[in-house]
Amino acid sequence: MTEVSAISTNIQRWQSAAALLAMVLAWQVAASVAADRLFPGPVQVVSVLLNEAVRGELLYHLGISLARVAASLGAAILIGAALGYAAGRSRRADIWMRPWIVLLLNMPALITVILIYIWLGLADTALVLAVTLNKIPNVVVTIREGAGRLDKDLAEMAELYRFSRAAMLRYVVLPQLAPFFLVTLRNGLALTWKIVLLAELLGRSNGVGFQLQVYFQNFDVAHILAYAISFGVVMLAIEYGLLVPLERRLLEWRR
Amino acid sequence: MATLMLRIRIEEKTFPGDDDQRRTIFRALSLDIADGQVCVLTGASGVGKSTLLSIVSGADSEFRGSVSGRARPIGMLFQTPRLLPWLTALRNVELAIPGHAPDAARWLAAVGLKGHEQDYPQRLSGGMARRVALARALAVEPALLLLDEPFASLDEATAQAMRNLLRDSFAKRRPTTLLVTHDLAFASSLGDRVIVLEGPPARIVRDVAISRRDDAGSARFKLGSPAQ
Repeated sequence: MTEVSAISTNIQRWQSAAALLAMVLAWQVAASVAADRLFPGPVQVVSVLLNEAVRGELLYHLGISLARVAASLGAAILIGAALGYAAGRSRRADIWMRPWIVLLLNMPALITVILIYIWLGLADTALVLAVTLNKIPNVVVTIREGAGRLDKDLAEMAELYRFSRAAMLRYVVLPQLAPFFLVTLRNGLALTWKIVLLAELLGRSNGVGFQLQVYFQNFDVAHILAYAISFGVVMLAIEYGLLVPLERRLLEWRR
Repeated sequence: MATLMLRIRIEEKTFPGDDDQRRTIFRALSLDIADGQVCVLTGASGVGKSTLLSIVSGADSEFRGSVSGRARPIGMLFQTPRLLPWLTALRNVELAIPGHAPDAARWLAAVGLKGHEQDYPQRLSGGMARRVALARALAVEPALLLLDEPFASLDEATAQAMRNLLRDSFAKRRPTTLLVTHDLAFASSLGDRVIVLEGPPARIVRDVAISRRDDAGSARFKLGSPAQ
């Protein structure tokens, strides 16, 4: 990085921080003016958040929700990637899958969650299955796109040099699908945690979604915002602590 | 007389044309290449030389006819380098020779790329990438070597070095080779036979045996039947 671009990046960071600070200040001023318990300021929300963290409630419910997100997203990516790859490589598979994918893509998450709860009961497996079913079509569509664009020349080269199946997958196929997996992970994370919260609200007795429901009953906006912020912070941590480094590593060769 | 080995019989090979009509690239093409023979293919651009290499390699199987006696391993220098862009030059060569990874660095050095082992293909010039692909093709110690314009996009000094490398390599071990080139001077010094294609559809219009080097060290063309 040149000195000029480093300075420019630093300025951008300060500008972003200043914008965030301005927003928080505006929120605090508006809350002070409103002076209503339904519109708490940031200081009150952070105080609730810290209190919940100290009591252990926040981490407990956050941990449960994150585990559900991880299980649902992991299963959806595994199954969706296999189906998407098949659809991208085989026209027949694509034709067979297309109506199902269109149907599931357009099915409201709420309906899937309710139906699975009715059929399987209010259990964690039902929640994970419902969220996974909601996410699979998105993964299929993205990976199908990538699989359809695999470089034929590279495949020919690999076959000529008799790459093993494992080497073909690891060194030829997966690197080409890496950008599509990254898109899937990013979009998947955003979509999955929203559906997990909805499913928890509807049919579980723990997790952030359940807590939100409890605080909704009490019109406890400070707690609702505290949980919302904490989840947002975790998602940002995953983005910058996991996805950005992963992206940098996977796409290192482009630099 | 060497044992006959590679038999190419193409009854017909077509490609989709511009106007729903299929374009015939080959019709009734027959070619036998003896074990260890270096066969130089030449002809106008677009006549089907690269397609013929692709058919011989087994990558293109959409034709009527057969290719038998295809020896393995096959080393091939494609028209484009076909390197895996997410792997370094060294890994690109290593992957073709699992279990013999240390040889990869030696082959890269042989094509003049010592010091570039850890470079990604994107950082290499077109000529350097081509040399990595040549190193990969030779590293497998091919029984069948297919070279598509090996000296294209190389500067003259590098091209000369590559010619010398091929010559040295062939002096030690002579795989059955199909070499597409317009460099007939080199072809005459290395090849056993020059085949001139004309078309479409491509047909063999000249099949020239090259007599081995005479005492003066120069090669001579001898018009006639294939040297087998």
